[in-house]
Amino acid sequence: MRLLEYQAKELFKEFGIRTPESVSSDNIEKGRNDAKKLGYPFVIKAQVPVGGRGKAGGIQKCNNDDEFEIKYPQILDMTIKGEKTRAILLEKMADIEKELYLSLFLNRSKRCYTIIASSEGGVEIESVKTQTIKEIGLGDVDDKTAKEVANEIGLNDNQESEFIDMLKRLSKLTVEKEAELAEINPLAILKDGTLMALDGKIMTDDNSNFRHEELLKYQEKSELEEQAEKSGFSLVELDGNIAVIGNGAGLVMSTFDMLADNGGKPAAFLDVGGSATTESVYEALTLISKMKKVKGILVNLYGGIVKTTTVASAFIQAYNNNIIDLPVFARMMGSESDKAKEMLADTKTKMFDSVEAAINSAVLEVNK
Amino acid sequence: MTDVYEILRGKKDASGNYQNQSVIVQGITGKYGSVHTKLMMEYGTNIAAGVTPGKGGQKFDERIPIYDTVKEAVDVCGAQIAIIFVPAKFFLSAAKEALDSGIKLLVAIPEHVPIRDTMEVIELVKQKEAIMIGPNTPGVIIPGLIKVGIMPASPFSAGKIAVLSKSGTLLYEISNNLTSAGFGQNITIGIGGDPINGTRMIDAFNIVKDEPELEGMVIVGEIGGDAEEVLAQHIIDIGFKKPIVGYIAGRRAPKEKRMGHAGAIVMGTYGSAESKISMFAKANIPVAKRPGEIAILLAGKMNSQ
Repeated sequence: MRLLEYQAKELFKEFGIRTPESVSSDNIEKGRNDAKKLGYPFVIKAQVPVGGRGKAGGIQKCNNDDEFEIKYPQILDMTIKGEKTRAILLEKMADIEKELYLSLFLNRSKRCYTIIASSEGGVEIESVKTQTIKEIGLGDVDDKTAKEVANEIGLNDNQESEFIDMLKRLSKLTVEKEAELAEINPLAILKDGTLMALDGKIMTDDNSNFRHEELLKYQEKSELEEQAEKSGFSLVELDGNIAVIGNGAGLVMSTFDMLADNGGKPAAFLDVGGSATTESVYEALTLISKMKKVKGILVNLYGGIVKTTTVASAFIQAYNNNIIDLPVFARMMGSESDKAKEMLADTKTKMFDSVEAAINSAVLEVNK
Repeated sequence: MTDVYEILRGKKDASGNYQNQSVIVQGITGKYGSVHTKLMMEYGTNIAAGVTPGKGGQKFDERIPIYDTVKEAVDVCGAQIAIIFVPAKFFLSAAKEALDSGIKLLVAIPEHVPIRDTMEVIELVKQKEAIMIGPNTPGVIIPGLIKVGIMPASPFSAGKIAVLSKSGTLLYEISNNLTSAGFGQNITIGIGGDPINGTRMIDAFNIVKDEPELEGMVIVGEIGGDAEEVLAQHIIDIGFKKPIVGYIAGRRAPKEKRMGHAGAIVMGTYGSAESKISMFAKANIPVAKRPGEIAILLAGKMNSQ
């Protein structure tokens, strides 16, 4: 899961990584109390699971009650890159001398954790010219490596020991929480020479959730996503009007790409897992029926072991039980597809021999 | 390096045929494991033994002996290959047990294995000079000879093309497309949809690149990580000349969302389809826009060489 800034900072505090004084809230009543406790001036920061919120106006300085009453509701209402503000963090400003970058991340091709550090921080790391990169196996950082990193990003002797301490704490957090990414950006050198984590981003391994009950409070799932997970599906909701259902992540992605290439707007990505059954397809249709914006359903199944007639009966059940009344554009590869077509002849489900034909028909009809 | 072909098909005997290599199934009595064990047997795979703790002494399908431990099974049948069907939570211990018992090729089917567990197993795999395919893989098949995995049989036919794929169903779809066009497969390997793979794209490529029968290759990638970029660079570096075509799923996927597979996520520009497609272009690998184009692209590439 991807943690919001304030959640990442809660973990930073737990592991002894210094952060600015801050309080989080999701309504203005609590916000007002927080503001009193914290005292002006401070910054109001939108909590969204996406980068680039500063540019979008999601971080604003606040000097007094009047500004607070205008800016707090405005930022809480914001949608940044399609993501609604989840909460607000009020945070004291720091006296910054210089901004650095530090992260530990899972290097997938090298199959080890990697430290990335830079003397330039506060911007996206991809845009930074000079980076220090160190591979560190399963995530533990020793003194020698930490010292090398400190030297390479140009820290002086005073900052060095504090940096080493911070890097080792970040490593402990990464290992214990099974993070794929733990990033401090910017990591500030303050005017008094001390170090502080000004912003944080943490992504943990969802597959290790069963070992991390303490993180579940951060998990953010819509009701639909929760239902999808219970059924063993994966669901991504989007803004369009055609839901894409398929078996296997690669096949659904591929269908999704072709739909978008042909002018279709995907409303959902729904992977029912490698082996489709009557039950799983029926459940998938039930899920999609709850999404109001969906005007049509595109189904692409690679049968393999399952018979297409089995899947066809799931559509018929869904119509008979009034689960769906939407047009379905289906392509099923597998045995007995002629018989499946016959079964569906009197329904709103059209069967196609190729996914391309199903997509064309879906786009034409939904945009009518 | 451990020779995967040799483990899977042995050496040719006097009459030029490969031997039927023994395979152990861990989790043979589970719902999923039992279904796929039967399908592998139907395909002709020599399932020599099953392992389910507590069920030692019983028989699967009235003929395959079941043991409590992998060690016992290996001692009796001498298999070098094991396929694992246990739930993700128990994968780490099942995989360790297999490797400690001398298994040389481990096919790891479970999805949702924690990354840390996979990394621990990979450390052990390296120590034991073994190979793990997966986790979250459909497995490996040498069509007509041996199937160690959960792929349906129908898309595959014996031939001279290798298919390496992160996705399972796209592997079936594309192999079917190749088969229909007359391109049989020499081997197909499922890399798996996880962020960390026992056999990476580049490892799978190195397994197949020197196979004398090989006439071409299809690489089926998807968004996330940089396995495709690393492979493309390797192909450039070694000057590999046999025809290769590619496909990348997830070109139109939103950023920072996991698209079904744990590994299918774009972070910034890391893992983006554009990055992979442009590296493929540098390595002279044409990329199909649709799975249905693969066979045509491959035919074109083979004719022009």
